[in-house]
Amino acid sequence: MPREEINISGKVEYLSILNASGELDADLEPDIRPEILLKLYRTMVLGRQFDKRLLNLQRQGRIGTFPPTSGQEAAHLGAAAVLEPSDWFVPAFRETAAEIWRGRLLESVILYYNGFNEGAHIPPDRNDLPLSVPVASQILHAVGLAWAAKYRQTDRIAMVFFGDGASSQGDFHEGLNFAGVFQVPAVFVCQNNQWAISIPRAKQTRSETIAQKALAYGITGIQVDGNDILAVYAAAQEAAQRARSGGGPTLIECVTYRLAVHTTADDPRRYRTDAEVAQWQQREPISRFQKYLTAKGLLSDEKNAAIESAVLDEIQAAVDRAEAQMKAMGDPMDMFDHAYAEMPPILQAQKEELARELTAIKEDGDYG
Amino acid sequence: MAKLTMVQALNLALRQEMETDDSVILLGEDIGLDGGVFRVTDGLINQFGEERVLDTPLAESAIAGMSIGMAIYGLKPVCEIQFSGFSYQTFHQIENHAARFRCRSGGRFQVAMVLRAPYGGGVRAIEHHSESREAYWAHTPGLKMVIPSGPRNARALLVSAMRDPDPVIFYEPKALYRAFREEVPEKSETLPIGKSQLVRPGKDLTMISYGAMMRPTLEAAALLKEKDGVEAEVIDLLTLAPLDDELFVKSVMKTGRAMVIHEAPRSFGAGAEIVSRLMEKAFYYLEVPIERVTGFDIVPPLFSRENAYFPNAGRILRCARKALKN
Repeated sequence: MPREEINISGKVEYLSILNASGELDADLEPDIRPEILLKLYRTMVLGRQFDKRLLNLQRQGRIGTFPPTSGQEAAHLGAAAVLEPSDWFVPAFRETAAEIWRGRLLESVILYYNGFNEGAHIPPDRNDLPLSVPVASQILHAVGLAWAAKYRQTDRIAMVFFGDGASSQGDFHEGLNFAGVFQVPAVFVCQNNQWAISIPRAKQTRSETIAQKALAYGITGIQVDGNDILAVYAAAQEAAQRARSGGGPTLIECVTYRLAVHTTADDPRRYRTDAEVAQWQQREPISRFQKYLTAKGLLSDEKNAAIESAVLDEIQAAVDRAEAQMKAMGDPMDMFDHAYAEMPPILQAQKEELARELTAIKEDGDYG
Repeated sequence: MAKLTMVQALNLALRQEMETDDSVILLGEDIGLDGGVFRVTDGLINQFGEERVLDTPLAESAIAGMSIGMAIYGLKPVCEIQFSGFSYQTFHQIENHAARFRCRSGGRFQVAMVLRAPYGGGVRAIEHHSESREAYWAHTPGLKMVIPSGPRNARALLVSAMRDPDPVIFYEPKALYRAFREEVPEKSETLPIGKSQLVRPGKDLTMISYGAMMRPTLEAAALLKEKDGVEAEVIDLLTLAPLDDELFVKSVMKTGRAMVIHEAPRSFGAGAEIVSRLMEKAFYYLEVPIERVTGFDIVPPLFSRENAYFPNAGRILRCARKALKN
């Protein structure tokens, strides 16, 4: 009766292609067309600048609470960039650059964070779910979408995003387990940004990596430098191919860092040091990608300045459009729309009650 | 026509709908070769294969969450939660997502799923197998909550639930699964969700109930007639949300006396909503306070005491006499 080591199949790799200094491992460099590389860069810059502008708008009271994404652009954009438009994109709430890549309008983001439901509405041409606030819950939807895509014999896949905190939730484990059992074409992307509000990654799990949790479910796991867009892209492309060709799901852990606040209602000085943030600032994703593109001859100082300027104009135009749209929106009577396919009598009655209330306020004032 | 138990009638509903609509997918624990612990899905895996009858790993939240994803894609998942006592693990998926996706996405996505679960007591079960917690679901905007009371309406309502564009929580009274048989037509039939039924006409008192409590309620109504010469009108709600108040309000306007019977705990239960509707819409027609015959506001006891916990015909009869006294 032996007592011996079990050789568990599967291993977990770490992938880095473009390091913090902008040095490239040419052997691992993914083959990405120049126009796509530039589009990725522009979207990262747009994401970063949009983040800054949203922060200003929030401080001015022109939008409500929002979760900034600065520092994580490579982690979510690099993964989403490998998707086909017909694939399913299932976000958490810190994937703005990826959403923009998928076609979400900037004004939609502004509307949403200024309390307009219209900001979460998804146009019919996009297979994207609206963002998901309850942590990890969206992981299961991606499993269902991927299962359905397989059942309908398409080559579509589903890609879902979540944070390091989500890896503690039951839905994460149930999702990975179901995905493994049913071998669904799904890609699970963890943006491990080191902090779940105030709880550091080390207090979230005793595991050395989040990627290794894949092994427990019999699926592939890989950890990548999440601030290296080439590594994220390469890992996501491999995972997407695996999913599309019937090879099953993959968990990708993108090691990144939330440079800003959790949301604008958060004060990170209560739980982390400026020195830590400064250290990660050195490893942020945009400057190294800029160096890479410059070395490839795709980017120059002038070109970069033109991109920055165009991006700022685009943001300003979106802010203007959003603020104009908001003036025309907000009829409270609209909030009964889409509760059910067909409005039940009780809701019809409550809608009429609100209409009477609004008329009374109009005619007699708030306390008339 | 064949005389079927509720289990057989539900099986027929699933089978026929799967035959005509390949978007109907079943998923749950032990629903394949085992046919479900109550055998509602018996034989379906043989007819439709593992591809459409999914024996899932043991995780209720994932069963619900995966169903939501399938439904967003356009499929019609029908998931079985083995006992409603285990449906609470699905609650956050149903409340946060199933109930909200149509609204959140501006009508782009719908979650046309059915969550089936046996509920209620009366089968001498172990802990967590006897509750009636329908109020949780009925209280959640965006959901529909349906509870049949016999084989024929169970079959028709389940077909309607599978064709409904919104998420339907379908509670099956497990005490009635094999309690009696009814003629169920072979040809598929539906019943409208959101409509109650008058099952016994009367003029002296209105009894409002649903699910497993329909049997003792009807028994009490028959005893009232036999012993006291009282004609009670009995209404079967069939759907708790959206609640059809038209029929019972009209009835109470006629009888002036009302009682609500359910096995769920009293406080904040379905009865509380029904009484409120009657206060709003039939107050001036009421001759006496409205009575509620319900389970008590306690954890259901293990089965040696469950007969004292659940309303029965005797308790309903005594309460009806109280309502008729003044």
